[in-house]
Amino acid sequence: MSATATTPSQTPERLEHKGLIEVRDLTTRFKLTQGWVRAVEKVSFWVGPGESLGLAGESGCGKTTAALSILKLLPDNGKIVSGEILFDGKNLAKRTEYGMQKIRWKEISMIFQGAMNALNPVTETGKQIAEPIILHEGISEKQAMVRTRELFDLVGISQKRVMDFPHQLSGGMRQRAMIAMALACNPKLVIGDEPTTALDVMVQAQILELIERLRRELDLSFILISHDLSVMAETCDKGVIMYAGEVVESGTVAHLFNNPQHPYTRQLIKAFPNIHERREMVSSIQGDPPNLLDPPPGCGFSPRCNMKTGECVDDPETFEVEPGHFVRCHLMKRGVS
Amino acid sequence: MATGTTPTDARSVRDVSADGARDKSLAGHIGPDDLARAEVRDGVLFDVRDLQVFFPIHEGFFKSMVARKQEKRYVKAVDHVSFQVKQGEILALVGESGCGKTTTGRTMLRLEEATGGDILYKGLPMRAFSGKALREYRKKAQIIFQDPYNSINPKQTIFDIVAEPLEVNGVTSSEREKEERVVKAVSEAGLRPAQEYLYRYPHELSGGQRQRVCIAGATVLEPDMIVADEPVASLDVSIRNDILKLMVEQKDKLGVTYLFITHDLSLAWVISDRIAVMYLGRIVEIGDTEEVVANPRHPYTKALISVIPVPDPLAKREHVILAGETPNPVDIPSGCRFHPRCPEAIDACREIDPPDVHIGGDHYAACIRLK
Ligand SMILES: Nc1ncnc2c1ncn2[C@@H]1O[C@H](COP(=O)(O)OP(=O)(O)OP(=O)(O)O)[C@@H](O)[C@H]1O
Ligand SMILES: Nc1ncnc2c1ncn2[C@@H]1O[C@H](COP(=O)(O)OP(=O)(O)OP(=O)(O)O)[C@@H](O)[C@H]1O
Ligand code: SF4
Ligand SMILES: [Mg+2]
Ligand SMILES: [Mg+2]
Repeated sequence: MSATATTPSQTPERLEHKGLIEVRDLTTRFKLTQGWVRAVEKVSFWVGPGESLGLAGESGCGKTTAALSILKLLPDNGKIVSGEILFDGKNLAKRTEYGMQKIRWKEISMIFQGAMNALNPVTETGKQIAEPIILHEGISEKQAMVRTRELFDLVGISQKRVMDFPHQLSGGMRQRAMIAMALACNPKLVIGDEPTTALDVMVQAQILELIERLRRELDLSFILISHDLSVMAETCDKGVIMYAGEVVESGTVAHLFNNPQHPYTRQLIKAFPNIHERREMVSSIQGDPPNLLDPPPGCGFSPRCNMKTGECVDDPETFEVEPGHFVRCHLMKRGVS
Repeated sequence: MATGTTPTDARSVRDVSADGARDKSLAGHIGPDDLARAEVRDGVLFDVRDLQVFFPIHEGFFKSMVARKQEKRYVKAVDHVSFQVKQGEILALVGESGCGKTTTGRTMLRLEEATGGDILYKGLPMRAFSGKALREYRKKAQIIFQDPYNSINPKQTIFDIVAEPLEVNGVTSSEREKEERVVKAVSEAGLRPAQEYLYRYPHELSGGQRQRVCIAGATVLEPDMIVADEPVASLDVSIRNDILKLMVEQKDKLGVTYLFITHDLSLAWVISDRIAVMYLGRIVEIGDTEEVVANPRHPYTKALISVIPVPDPLAKREHVILAGETPNPVDIPSGCRFHPRCPEAIDACREIDPPDVHIGGDHYAACIRLK
């Protein structure tokens, strides 16, 4: 254990890092009988106060694992192998479970992927939202319900619906309730894992607008996980593109969408239609993502990359191609194209 | 599209059940020979006229006692819908969850019974088909579902899966012919060379490849039309576009007509020739795809298009975010069913069920403010 390990009795020194949260070289693996799954590999990014960061990439690229690592809520077979998670001067990667309990909900909360459809069907929605408040603020159920009503107001559900069962609420309302739950203990950072994926486009727009409003009003930092690059382009300040557990490119959304450099980012953006441009066929990326039990050597994208060269079997460095714009690709040696 | 100001009240439901009785007397008038002789006129493969598809609500015992004197209640999944499908086109049916897309598609395949209205296939009313005619018809219209994981049998080889429709319908006379047709369908679905795939099992394929198997299973009978119900919704972006391309390719090369059902208007925009936008059981706007997207006229279509995210942070534009959610198709609002959420509604919208307004060319929208 390093000198910064926290025990309940000692106040550690404040660590220097960027923003409100900075993730440095985070590596998380899952153990299976066949071996270790490389779910998240040397992932780095940071989010400033009040900023929103998008985490995007195809299914299985490690988005949820990265988020669960931050909160240290990995399943039993998951392990943070190395790296730092620096939040508000503390390294969460080194925190004990006891220490994490002070962080979860109160400092960092999460809207879990699919949770709106996993609410307990026989308990009133409001009571489920009040649970973390009772647990973490040590207040009575009655007081917690008062707070829950306020939260319903805040997220745009009528207070009258507090005692509705989940099935009596529409999908949009259930997701609002999950947002209310994430806000229950006034966190500084909220992670939304695919918060609009199962919703219709108009409901999605309502939820994204709500998140934007809350972020402004409450000065929240937000990490939005989405497989939909268009959603990230429209709602985030910065973004991280992941592929097979690794960050291939990161920067402001203008960097990523108006000056993408990594061959994967470029191809992925082309897969999303833009109805405001001239109509053209969207393109696909040939092949499948690699088996993370046995990933290819060097650049993880090389088996599918249409720009690959002989050197791509070696690990590429990450280049800062312009201030704040990072690309992990051998081609960057020759400069930005 | 809506054809008039027919009130969608209890009375029309009773009329509809009277219609149902007429249906039964008509059934059987069209046999397989009529079907074989039928031809496409003016390029119209399907003519859907004032279609209604209602599902009765099974209310609890007590409620049904109380409600006995009142009308039985219905989910009006499709409520006065008229449109045509032209031979060799991709017609996209878009709209939000529950607006009636799947029900429309299933009714065109006679997987649901129409409550009212008619569907003419090559000019023949489908409700008059005899049992034999229906069996012939079913070879001509196929469906592909959203989930390639559940819609194919995991224990069969690709060959058996694709050959099954041929066997069930007894269309091939020899093993050799069967094999040829399977190989043709599999390679046209982009699994090439077919021999490499024929004896694999579904779990040995990727999600995109499995959806190709479903498409091969649908095309092997050489149908006139395929209803593709959210065919790419379960696929990752990096591979879904291949399936879209395949549909365009099959339309161009094989002349397959597609009814492409999707909640994603931007995908409809990419591949369809025409687009029909549904809201709460009604088509509110229909027309040439590029025209509808560039120049939407119905307030619902305008709002829908304004909120579609695009992969460009500089494309800042005004979002028209509608409040609330689509009402329940049991209690459809009076007048224009969109009026409670419409940003452009006027008083008259509460009273008048808007008829279609011809915008120009193939473009129609159902809004009284367009008159
Ligand atoms: N408990 C686990 N045991 C073993 N492997 C796992 C486990 N959870 C996730 N994985 C694997 O880790 C990788 C990353 O998974 P993760 O859920 O983080 O992806 P994701 O980007 O969130 O995907 P999606 O978009 O589908 O939600 C995947 O290859 C996945 O199969
Ligand atoms: N068999 C049925 N019995 C009762 N109601 C039904 C039935 N099938 C569909 N419905 C209802 O009819 C309406 C239209 O459903 P439909 O499945 O056609 O919508 P959809 O546009 O395909 O929606 P989605 O995008 O969610 O697939 C919905 O309110 C649905 O609940
Ligand atoms: S008829 Fe009225 S309510 Fe309906 S779309 Fe037009 S303006 Fe809106
Ligand atoms: Mg995930
Ligand atoms: Mg459907």
